[in-house]
Amino acid sequence: MDWLKFINPREEPSKDVAKERLRLLLIHDRASVAPQLLESLRGDLIAAITKYMDIDESGMEVNLENVGHSVVLMANIPIRRVKRGVQASL
Amino acid sequence: MQGKVYVVTSGKGGVGKTTATANIGTGLAALGRKVALIDADIGLRNLDVVLGLENRIVYDLTHVADGLCRLRQALIRDKRMEHLYLLPAAQTKDKTAVSPDQMQAICDELRDDFDFILVDSPAGIEQGFRNAIAGADDAIIVTTPEVSAVRDADRIIGLLESAGFEQDHRMLVINRLKPSMVRRGDMMDIDDVQEILSVPLLGVVPDDESIIVSTNRGDPAVLDQSSRAGQAFRNIVRRILGEEVPLMDLNDQNGFLARFRRLVGIG
Repeated sequence: MDWLKFINPREEPSKDVAKERLRLLLIHDRASVAPQLLESLRGDLIAAITKYMDIDESGMEVNLENVGHSVVLMANIPIRRVKRGVQASL
Repeated sequence: MQGKVYVVTSGKGGVGKTTATANIGTGLAALGRKVALIDADIGLRNLDVVLGLENRIVYDLTHVADGLCRLRQALIRDKRMEHLYLLPAAQTKDKTAVSPDQMQAICDELRDDFDFILVDSPAGIEQGFRNAIAGADDAIIVTTPEVSAVRDADRIIGLLESAGFEQDHRMLVINRLKPSMVRRGDMMDIDDVQEILSVPLLGVVPDDESIIVSTNRGDPAVLDQSSRAGQAFRNIVRRILGEEVPLMDLNDQNGFLARFRRLVGIG
C-alpha cells in the first residue's frame, strides 16, 4: 500500500501506533502477571474437550503468541482418541 | 472525625507523583481541610523539597516506625498552610526500614487528627509500594500519555486490584498532557488513555513550565492562580471534596491564536 502514501503523504499518527503497541503489550502483561488466568483457562479447555476426545494433558500447551499484528491464543493439544457417538449438546 | 487515606502511585518514576501529592495536599489545605502528607519514598525523599520544607526536618518516618519519637514530633508544619503537615521519609535508609504493618498503624493514627492523609508512593512495585498502599483506602494513579507510563500504570492497577482496592477506590490523573501534540495526533488523548486503563478519571493536568518554576521555589503551583497546572490541581481538589467540576479547556491559552482571540474579544 505504499502508493497510498503518495496520495496521502501523512504517516499514521504516532498516537495510533502507541495505542496499538499498548494494546498488544497489555494482553501479554495481563496474562503473564496473572498466570492463574491461563491455568484456569487450561482447566476449562480440558473439561470441554474431554467430553469429545481423550487428550494427553501432559503434552498440552496453552500460550499467547504474537502473530503479525495480533496476539493469538495457541493451544497445542495432543489427542489420544476421539470418543464415539457423542452428541453435541445444545 | 476519621480521615481518609489516599495513596498516590504510578509504577513508573518521574511521571509526577510527588508533584501531584504536594499540589493536591496543599490545595485541600487551602480549602480549610486538615491534611497530612507522608513521603513513603525512603532513601529518595523529595516531597519535602517540592514543598520547600527541606530545612525543617528533624525526625522522619523511620523514627516514628521504630518508636524513637512520637508521630506528632516528626510532623513538620507547612510554612504557608496552617493545616498542612508533612511526615518526611528517611534519606539514609532503604524501603525495608519500614513494614506495611507499621505504615498502616501510622496512617490509622493520623486519621484521628486529619481529614485527609496522602501517601506519596515510591516508583516500582516492591516493598516501597507495598508500604505505601498498606494503610490506604483509595488510590490515585498518576500517568502520562506515554506507552511506558501507561503500561506501568496498568500493572499497578492490577496490583491494586489484587490488594483489595475495588473499582470505585481507584482513580486516574493524566499528567503532562500536551494539547498541541494531541491535536497533531502525536500524543494519546484523554479518551485513549482511559479506554486502555478503564479507571475513573480524577483529572487531567496539562504540561506546564510553571510546575518547574514552582518546584524551583518550593511553592506548589496549586497556589499560583495564573498557573494552568495549578488550575487543574485546584479542580482535582474540588472533585475529591465531592464537587462536580468539568474538565478544563486544555487548549493553550498563550498561543498566538488564543491571544489574538482575546484581543478582539471573541475568546
